[in-house]
Amino acid sequence: MDSALIPKGVKRCPMWQFLLGLGIVGAVLAWGVYAMLLCWFKGLNQTNMNDYYGFALWIWADLAVIALGGGAFFSGLLKYIIGKDELKNIINYAVLIGFICYSSALLILAIDIGQPLRGWFIFWHANVHSMLTEVAFCLSAYFAVLTIEYIPLILENRQLDKVPFFHNLSHNMHETMAVFAATGAFLSFFHQGSLGGVAGVLFGRPFAFREGLLIWPWTFFLFTWSAAAYGPSFTLLITWITEKVARKKLVKDNVVELLAKISGWMIFTYTIAKICDTTRWANITAPGLGQNLADFYTGNAFYGYWILFAEIILGGVVPAIILISAPLRKNPTWRVTAFFLGVMGVSLNRWVMVLQVMAVPIMPFDTWALYYPSWQEVATTILPVAYGIILIMISYRYLPIFPQEAELNPIEEETAMAVEAHTESTPDLKPANA
Amino acid sequence: MKQAQTHGTPMKYGMAIDLDKCTGCGACMVACMAENNIPFKEDESDKRVSITWMRIFKLTNGKSFPDSDICYLPRPCQHCEGHEGHSPCVSVCPATATDYSRETGIVSQIVTRCFGCRYCMGACPYHARYFNWWDPVWPDGMEKYLSPDVSPRMRGVVEKCSFCFHRYQLAKNKAYLDGERRVPEAAYQTACTQACPAGAIVFGDLNNPEHQVHQIVKPDSNNGNRSRNPKAFRLLERTGTNTKVYYLSSREWVRRAGDNYLAHEKTGQLAKLHH
Repeated sequence: MDSALIPKGVKRCPMWQFLLGLGIVGAVLAWGVYAMLLCWFKGLNQTNMNDYYGFALWIWADLAVIALGGGAFFSGLLKYIIGKDELKNIINYAVLIGFICYSSALLILAIDIGQPLRGWFIFWHANVHSMLTEVAFCLSAYFAVLTIEYIPLILENRQLDKVPFFHNLSHNMHETMAVFAATGAFLSFFHQGSLGGVAGVLFGRPFAFREGLLIWPWTFFLFTWSAAAYGPSFTLLITWITEKVARKKLVKDNVVELLAKISGWMIFTYTIAKICDTTRWANITAPGLGQNLADFYTGNAFYGYWILFAEIILGGVVPAIILISAPLRKNPTWRVTAFFLGVMGVSLNRWVMVLQVMAVPIMPFDTWALYYPSWQEVATTILPVAYGIILIMISYRYLPIFPQEAELNPIEEETAMAVEAHTESTPDLKPANA
Repeated sequence: MKQAQTHGTPMKYGMAIDLDKCTGCGACMVACMAENNIPFKEDESDKRVSITWMRIFKLTNGKSFPDSDICYLPRPCQHCEGHEGHSPCVSVCPATATDYSRETGIVSQIVTRCFGCRYCMGACPYHARYFNWWDPVWPDGMEKYLSPDVSPRMRGVVEKCSFCFHRYQLAKNKAYLDGERRVPEAAYQTACTQACPAGAIVFGDLNNPEHQVHQIVKPDSNNGNRSRNPKAFRLLERTGTNTKVYYLSSREWVRRAGDNYLAHEKTGQLAKLHH
């Protein structure tokens, strides 16, 4: 039915299957939209947030998707600026994932603020001292860059490409993409860092507070570094999931292994920096404010030392070693395990830097504050996931996202094999009839 | 972080709260709510979603009878000065909806500009900032008793203690009409100060040696505004929030409860500030 829109040389599932998939994910999306409307019309009393937990699940989701979406800017930097040309075979997907992550972050922020209609005040009454101001400006600008990077991909649709203007526009945008990649990397450095600074500058909260360089706390640099390190792992994890769902190989191993290796070294160096930061904070910063490690990891039902182990060892050291080691990296099982652990590790880091910051008591006579999200918060957090899946489904079906797909999955051979198999099972039919 | 708007020494309004006098009666909380049109709900049992600009914490020394002891600690906004006006909340607000006045030392909250991101709440270690999770609704007829000097706040914005700033504005106008250069001490007092039956709260200009609060606190401007009064302390002084609410107690355990200390550290020990 839609075969005219499907890229040449590749095969897609039947329309009914595609629509069924869209319908299922669309139902989840509708659930999220319903919860979103509840929050907008009835207010944030629909959540389980409170005056101790002004920042909660949504801010974690924001920080996590922005970190995971870091694969877009870092892959772009590697391909267009550093010259890792093999990455052209995965850069489209990295851009798409980045686009989804950043649009999701903006959507969540629009739900999260108490007065959404006043959201523009952050630009109009900007406070230059606030990390959130920098986040808002750079995040919006980088989302514009991602949109510019995504547009030529849309224009490569078979039918759109027939229009000369779109064809030429797409071609010219590709030609200048290095400029946007550099701009994206520059903007990402600042907004990823500022998101780290959001917690790091809280000098009233010893659990979050970090010293730093000039006006930037160490968390500024750690967040940028970790986004560059773990973002590519997330891109590769989503690529692997897409391959499993599509039941075909979409990116060659050498491309995957190259990006995995770079991600591994970035995670390795980041983890060393994170360990140094944690050691200094635990031994100098926090004690200087009258608190020690036990104050942050004991005396409550959830936050224990296990979280440090899970974040730094399981989510840092282990994936770094797997991805650095060539034999382990080349083994798909180990490699995907490393991607999974890495994504868990960076997400846990963002959780700690948002939710544990809110949970830890500061005044000696205060108590731990634990929180669980309401269904509206959960639904609106799943909403971007459903939206992302839908956008991937549509983009994968109609756009040439994976340049190596046709080569890796030649249609002629598949058809011939299918015909052969069919004729074997029904020997009385002639191949032509089959 | 506006520049000084008047000539001469700027004012620095602050409080001294004598915890040995506080009985925990809650009159300050009630007065504050009535004065500032603070909304309430039918069910206020969940204190983490109820708005109390002035909140009383109950402290215990953790010992059993006969050594047990308690203390009530009223906690308004601490009106932190931080380092040169960079108080924890003011420096993080992305929309400049909260500001530190160098004229009065008061941390304001511009509720019509706040868009409800709640970053300031996360930054405040005293939990002195409150979010309007619901629209304010008063029982029928009660809206007639609201103060005309304070705007009620809408759903979705943050609010907090203003040191009854509207009273300062009225007192300033009156002082101008009376030909006074400065607002007299008695002309500007917060509602909680006046309501306290034990006289535990003293309010005034910390920079003015004639004001009682200055005489009690004796702030040392060369030492981060720490008090020279051995009975006085500030909450979380070591973090560098540089608050303008001082507490007084003759009990060492109460003074120690005002800040975090490592086991071997002495109460009141000045730590190195990291920023």
